[in-house]
Amino acid sequence: MSSGLDLVPPLGEPRPQPELAVTEQTLPNGLRLVVVPRPGVPLVELRLRVPFAAATARTAAQHAARTAVLSGAVLLGTSAHDATGIAELVQAHGGELAVSTDPDRLLFSTTLLVEGLAPVLGVLAEVLTDAAYPADRVAAERARVAERIAIARSQPGVIARTALAARRYGAHPYAEQLPAPELVAAVRSQALRRLHRERVLPAGSTLVLVGDLDPAAAVDAAATALGGWTGEGTAVAAPPAPESAPRPLQLVDRPGAVQSNLRLGGPAPSRTDPDLPAVRLATMVYGGYFSSRLVENIRERRGYSYSPRSSVDHLAAASSFLVEADVATEVTAPALLETWYELGRMALTPVTADELDAARRYVLGSMALSTATHAGLASTLSALAGSGLPPEWLAEHQQALARVTVDEVQEAARRYLRPTGLTAVVVGDAARVADELPVLGPVEVTAGAASPDPA
Amino acid sequence: MERFRLENGLRVVLAPDRSVPVVAVTVSYAVGMRNEPQGRTGFAHLFEHLMFQGSANVPKMEHARLVQAAGGTFNGSTHQDYTNYYEALPAEALERALFLEADRMAAPAITEENLRNQIDVVKEEIRVNVLNRPYGAFPWLQLPQVAFASFANTHDGYGSFVDLESSTVEDAADFFHRYYAPGNAVLCLGGDLDIEETERLVRRWFGPIEARQVPPAAYTGEPSPTAVRSGVVEDHLAPAPAVALGWRVPDPVGDLDTYLGTVLLAELLSEGDASRLERRLVHDDQLAIAQSSYVGLFGDPFDVRDATLLTTQVHHPASVTAEKVVSAVHEEIGRIADEGVGADELARVQARAEAQLLRQADSVLGRTLAFANAELVHGRAELAGELAARLAAVPPEQVRSAARGLDPGTVAVLELRATGGRR
Repeated sequence: MSSGLDLVPPLGEPRPQPELAVTEQTLPNGLRLVVVPRPGVPLVELRLRVPFAAATARTAAQHAARTAVLSGAVLLGTSAHDATGIAELVQAHGGELAVSTDPDRLLFSTTLLVEGLAPVLGVLAEVLTDAAYPADRVAAERARVAERIAIARSQPGVIARTALAARRYGAHPYAEQLPAPELVAAVRSQALRRLHRERVLPAGSTLVLVGDLDPAAAVDAAATALGGWTGEGTAVAAPPAPESAPRPLQLVDRPGAVQSNLRLGGPAPSRTDPDLPAVRLATMVYGGYFSSRLVENIRERRGYSYSPRSSVDHLAAASSFLVEADVATEVTAPALLETWYELGRMALTPVTADELDAARRYVLGSMALSTATHAGLASTLSALAGSGLPPEWLAEHQQALARVTVDEVQEAARRYLRPTGLTAVVVGDAARVADELPVLGPVEVTAGAASPDPA
Repeated sequence: MERFRLENGLRVVLAPDRSVPVVAVTVSYAVGMRNEPQGRTGFAHLFEHLMFQGSANVPKMEHARLVQAAGGTFNGSTHQDYTNYYEALPAEALERALFLEADRMAAPAITEENLRNQIDVVKEEIRVNVLNRPYGAFPWLQLPQVAFASFANTHDGYGSFVDLESSTVEDAADFFHRYYAPGNAVLCLGGDLDIEETERLVRRWFGPIEARQVPPAAYTGEPSPTAVRSGVVEDHLAPAPAVALGWRVPDPVGDLDTYLGTVLLAELLSEGDASRLERRLVHDDQLAIAQSSYVGLFGDPFDVRDATLLTTQVHHPASVTAEKVVSAVHEEIGRIADEGVGADELARVQARAEAQLLRQADSVLGRTLAFANAELVHGRAELAGELAARLAAVPPEQVRSAARGLDPGTVAVLELRATGGRR
């Protein structure tokens, strides 16, 4: 430490984190309830996670298109209410029901004022058991979805993420990031009703309620509202996602781009893998927060990038180590070189004890912060439920993070952060970067494949 | 809530809540994008970056390390009328954060090397958020140029590359001297605090900072427009067109009561599937792909001074003309102006607004920043805790009056034409 830091006040004694009081119960229809009372604002956060993976690679593209339309269309009416009526019922209690998707699930979520729990659960049950998918409204929804996909595909970050997923997962459903507009245009009400009947099921789904609530009363309210939700099918989880061996760097041409989007990805340990804590800490030291090597190098020393970062991301059938940096076009190759250099350094030489300790304290501190709100805790518990993990996993993971050693971090980095194990994609102006990039290794240039109707 | 003022003029607000062992430390300076002089567009934001480059007793990178290695998070942000710096940390790191904020309030380390480095970083920030993506400047950098007249209100607060690149260390030293005086700042602390101990620590670290003259508050108001203004921008990255409408609204500070009617009107127009414009533009007439309305340039109605706008933003298919969208928006607002709003509909909107305010207040940092903004902009931190009740008391007639204020004859319209084709 430099002498200037002599003035820095030491940290005081840590104060104990409040413990979670979790009530878990499974209803006769198979729906799992996770209910957590917390002090704080008079709100409840609701998350209903419904497994919704594509069953096979062959059906993945069509499933993605139908799911994209269903997530909006499920709120377009029931036999008792139209879309406005449903929205008004929830809004009266401070809520707004949102439905989001990822390759593994549908997620119904809202915040609500405490007194609205029973009525909002009633609206949710109505949508789950009686969504009507009116044909004219579905037609309008699929047109909007197609337009939104076109807009999404014009975003460089989306182009990069899509290219990386396609390269890593090949024919697996996880390669399907955004559905094709022509498949969206073919989605009919009847298909949505069938998909809803077969896949929007209580068995395998988890309802999380967190907030200013009485657990027994909340369980009763959920059982009363959702007890009549039934279904014959079984939940579908994504098939195993073996990752293809890294191929040469892919350069996706985006003529005229003033920045290049660098994306690297590879496998990471799952939430239940004992290697996960060490990999998370290696990821932090590398580029997981501001005090990391990648940020110090390509942002604070060289000014190549505003927000370079690395992270560990979990889907049900695959976990990923990811590196992202958006850099000025003229420094594309030098920025990629530094990104690789720092990965190599992680894999080949030990981190310092100070670096490990800082990363550990940050991860533990930011977990405590992010689960200190109703919304943060509800989303975290819902994600854990998706991996089949109980809320107690949080405390176990924290204890495991506390035990990780410098040697374990280096071993983890050598397995998961080595540059040769990662798939790399650059989205940028090929006319300006294709000459320099091959200095670092073979490059395959592809046209901007994301264009729905090529200009 | 506790408040006191140090001899050097620093205003201090303490908002303890000991339910979780977390504290938030925020310092807000009354200087923002609207204070920038001509030729120095983007300087308030660039200067925010410089405040993270170290200070008298803290080398470069160490500010981040000292916060993060204590288990805390940090950031800063530049707004129209203020710039803030904040940390959320485990309670035991309170004194460390106070030390860090006091050290840079006293003497940030502004060097030529750090300045050049951060100009590069800011240019990358502008590229990622504006230049390299579709709709990047729409409408927040483009609509004010149509809607307003004064330099303070029309200029690009992210900054032109020419202005950023010509910035000097001397500019930064002047800017710091003028605007970063302790008397021009609010220190607002929230969370797991012991009042007496916290006051002692605040005095210990901030007390020795020398007082400097405080600049007079800039006048950012403008005469109300009397005619329609319109503009067109081309976006060569965008696959579909969009249009934004902006109306001048009552003074957020001087006429808060009237302004609250406008805040609820924006919610009633655009928030959720039950809202007027979502129903009309998206579901019934299918003119739009997405729509939103908000008050304040960045969407927070309570952190801006006069002059400001209610903005309605609509993304629409190429097959629908902007004129058609604009007249449908005027028609819906006209309906509210003519017929008023039912008490049931307004009660639902008020319930939603209350829930959103509570949600922001659930995080220690969100709550503390809301108190800080209320203290800095409105002169009363307590206002942040009263807003839900104030909004709940707004009668339907007042929302109707707000709609009458959104006159089609004084609107500013910005049309975005998608010229890039679909790529």
